[in-house]
Amino acid sequence: MTDQATTSKNVNLAGLSRNDYRGLPSTLCQGCGHNSIASQIVAACYELDLVPEDVIKFSGIGCSSKSPTYFLNRSFGFNGLHGRMPSLALGALFGDVTMHGIGVSGDGDTASIGLGQFKHLVRRNMPMVYIVENNGVYGLTKGQFSATAEKGLELKKQGINPFLPVDICLEALVSNATFVARSFAGDPKQVKELLKAAFHHNGIAILDIISPCVTFHNLEDSIHSYTFGKDHEAPLHEISFIPPRDEITIEDFEEGTVREVEMHDGSVVLLKKLENDYDPTDRSQAFRVLEEAQRNNWLITGLVYVNTQMPSMIETYDLPATALNRMTESQLRPTRESMDMVNSMMF
Amino acid sequence: MALGQQPTTDQPSSSDQTPIINDFCITFSTINGSGSATANTTVLRALFRMGIPVSGKNIFPSNIQGLPTWYTIRVSKDGYLGRVEQDDIVVAMNPATFTREIQNLKPGGVLLHPDDFRSEITRDDIITYPMPVKKLIKESDTPTNLRDYVANMVYVGVLAQMIGIDLDKIYMALDFHFKGKKKAIDSNYNIITAAADWAKTNLTKTDVYRLEPMNATEGMIMADGNTAGALGSIYGGVQFAGWYPITPASSLAEALNEYLPQLRCDPETGKATYVVVQAEDELAAIGMAVGAGFSGLRSMTSTSGPGLSLMAEYLGLAYYAEVPVVVWDVQRVGPSTGLPTRTAQGDILFGHFISHGDTNLPILFPGSVEECFEFGWRAFDLAERLQTPVLVMSDLDLGMNQWMTKRFEYPDTHLDRGKILWEEDLQKMLDERAGDYGRYLDVDGDGIPYRTLPGNRHPKSAYFARGTGHDEYGRYSEEPGVWERVFTRIDKKYKTARKYVPRPIVNNMEGASIGIIAAGSADPAVEEARDLLAAEGIPTDYLRIRAVPFTDEIKEFIDRHECNFVIELNRDGQIKKLLTLYHPEQAPRLRYAAKMDGLPLTAHWIQSQIKCNEEK
Repeated sequence: MTDQATTSKNVNLAGLSRNDYRGLPSTLCQGCGHNSIASQIVAACYELDLVPEDVIKFSGIGCSSKSPTYFLNRSFGFNGLHGRMPSLALGALFGDVTMHGIGVSGDGDTASIGLGQFKHLVRRNMPMVYIVENNGVYGLTKGQFSATAEKGLELKKQGINPFLPVDICLEALVSNATFVARSFAGDPKQVKELLKAAFHHNGIAILDIISPCVTFHNLEDSIHSYTFGKDHEAPLHEISFIPPRDEITIEDFEEGTVREVEMHDGSVVLLKKLENDYDPTDRSQAFRVLEEAQRNNWLITGLVYVNTQMPSMIETYDLPATALNRMTESQLRPTRESMDMVNSMMF
Repeated sequence: MALGQQPTTDQPSSSDQTPIINDFCITFSTINGSGSATANTTVLRALFRMGIPVSGKNIFPSNIQGLPTWYTIRVSKDGYLGRVEQDDIVVAMNPATFTREIQNLKPGGVLLHPDDFRSEITRDDIITYPMPVKKLIKESDTPTNLRDYVANMVYVGVLAQMIGIDLDKIYMALDFHFKGKKKAIDSNYNIITAAADWAKTNLTKTDVYRLEPMNATEGMIMADGNTAGALGSIYGGVQFAGWYPITPASSLAEALNEYLPQLRCDPETGKATYVVVQAEDELAAIGMAVGAGFSGLRSMTSTSGPGLSLMAEYLGLAYYAEVPVVVWDVQRVGPSTGLPTRTAQGDILFGHFISHGDTNLPILFPGSVEECFEFGWRAFDLAERLQTPVLVMSDLDLGMNQWMTKRFEYPDTHLDRGKILWEEDLQKMLDERAGDYGRYLDVDGDGIPYRTLPGNRHPKSAYFARGTGHDEYGRYSEEPGVWERVFTRIDKKYKTARKYVPRPIVNNMEGASIGIIAAGSADPAVEEARDLLAAEGIPTDYLRIRAVPFTDEIKEFIDRHECNFVIELNRDGQIKKLLTLYHPEQAPRLRYAAKMDGLPLTAHWIQSQIKCNEEK
């Protein structure tokens, strides 16, 4: 399956090289946060030994939604409608439930036109990675405010934004999301580790990633800018992901300095404590932290909330092991004999 | 012999009038939410079991409880199932509409009403049978909270006695309705028999309407189009249904939920081979269905006008990204909320051209309940063969009313999954074509490309589906030539579709010079109108369109007649417009008679439209 040029030492456990995870060259602006996120998706999938053919990519409409072509060329993908990626992904992922879904959306796509579908996907706990590349602005239509733009923000041509922003993590949490994280495109290591954890989560994994728009919205004092993020990012913890097969060498850490979250497949998310002890399994603490951050314009990042116990949407359906889309006529069409029974069920 | 089958033995029938046997119309006027549906369908089913052709139409308000509702049963020894305009017998249970009911009766007609109605009966050319509803209910041991519901059974019993409904058959109907639950069956049946006994003792039959058992429903069943559509979909292998509640389409998805668990669990594992999701709205319902179609599931949604409007954008995407999906549109009166509980054929043009940009979706028009079943499975074959959304346009009349219909027939062809490449198929194609595979390449010259499905683990299988401009390999492109080439090729599929869609049904009459064209649920009224016209010396030929795109038979039919009437249940003559668009040279041969009042067409109206035109 690997490219012929690959030598054995440059391959992962799936026998694939980094090249096998690449996408097409990006057509987004130089320095766009979305490009950095696409690179981390490539890195995370490579390091997780995911086979690209086992992944389906989804997106809506907008700059962020173009990015699925910039990673995992060997994965199927569907670029849907503005704000309606959740429903598309939900239907598509039932085709073969052994596959991993990853959706890339933006703040316009998710927090404005798509808020309804977003929240319904969340409440159903559809297992997939859902990234919101959040920059507070509409890029493709040239710089209008999005629903995550902060109140009082002034943009060229748009004037001053008079309304309070939608907080994607809070919206996810209030809709009973089982995995909520916030990150910053300028913190690639954290983005990558969160992505790995998200891929191993058995449910919806929401990643609200501040991803600055260098063309229309990169003002130093705005929460969506690089400068702000670099200066003010406040991680809740230092996160690292340990795949299920790897042993955790907990001795490496001083006692009481790390928290472990065991995912449903035995993998572990290690959270090294920073200034404060933060428990991401405590939903009310998650609300408090997000609320406080919103009020004070703090860019808190990390795994805000995780619940590994809720059944996923796919588990609520009692489906067979065979992928539904591999089923043949004998499995899909009731027998000829059943026709009489059906007719007798009518009057 | 059951009680009530010979009701006239001890009652004087009006001696100077010829009895009317098995050819009349009964309307039950009740209050919505009063449980009358059980009583009415019980009568309908009992008549059907007596071997008499019947049809039932429910005219109901958009309301849960309290507003007037009418249920009309047409008894027709000749097998006519269309609506008629006047009532022979009215069971008036709603004081609010009593006066109106009286007006709508034919002279010599019969009025059954509770004996405590105070309204004046303003006509002396009708026969009235007052019924002691309250007294009979009181005498039964029905619990107080159920009295209102079973009150309707009084009129079933009185009617049974007065026109001769076999009580055994009524019992069978109740048994079916209450799924064998003895207590429920008996509490209703006891009131029916008590009411029948009361009528036998206390009423003298002076009207002319009588039932006699026949043998005309042999091999038939009673069902509604939505149930039939759902069952047909199940036999078509439906694997994914996304839906959102809307009148009059909800019962289609509900029937999927009812019958899928019985018919579609994997015999080995007992697991479900299907997924049904009630979506948050129609935007999501179609989004889910398109996603599932992309993944290779036989995928569908069911909706009505307002929902279809919301689905327009996704259907445009599915059209251009070439995703098979089946959409049932159980039509109601629009635009906007319109008349949510009344029937229409008003979505045809919108459905066909549904998206912005150039789109043309194939449509199937089931004309009967058994065709709802048939098109249920055929629609998937068509959608997957053509890799495009397919609309099935039913309507409220067909979808929600109980019809006598032929037994459902097991599909006579295998599933047509269309051009799908799994790992080995793809490798074979790559070998044969020197590695040249593209998701949107027209390899066979019929406009239909080959598709791979997510889950195909061949490294060359993946493609990126999108609604943005793309070339034959699915790559993003804004090149004018690429757009034009791909989009022209997609239109070629529409031409190819003619090979696959159901042909029209043509019925000719000796010496006919007039052609009638109709589709869907207009069929029973058209067939009856043709008999009425023929009896007046105006024979007609009839073509029932069953699909868009139009096949050659339709063009030939129009050419054979100087004058073709297109009969439709809408304001603007949408089928006629579509025919004119696709066959402009035939426009002078086409006329239309369209009616849009929310009620099913009647044979008399069609007859008068055609006669009126003939006389000009």
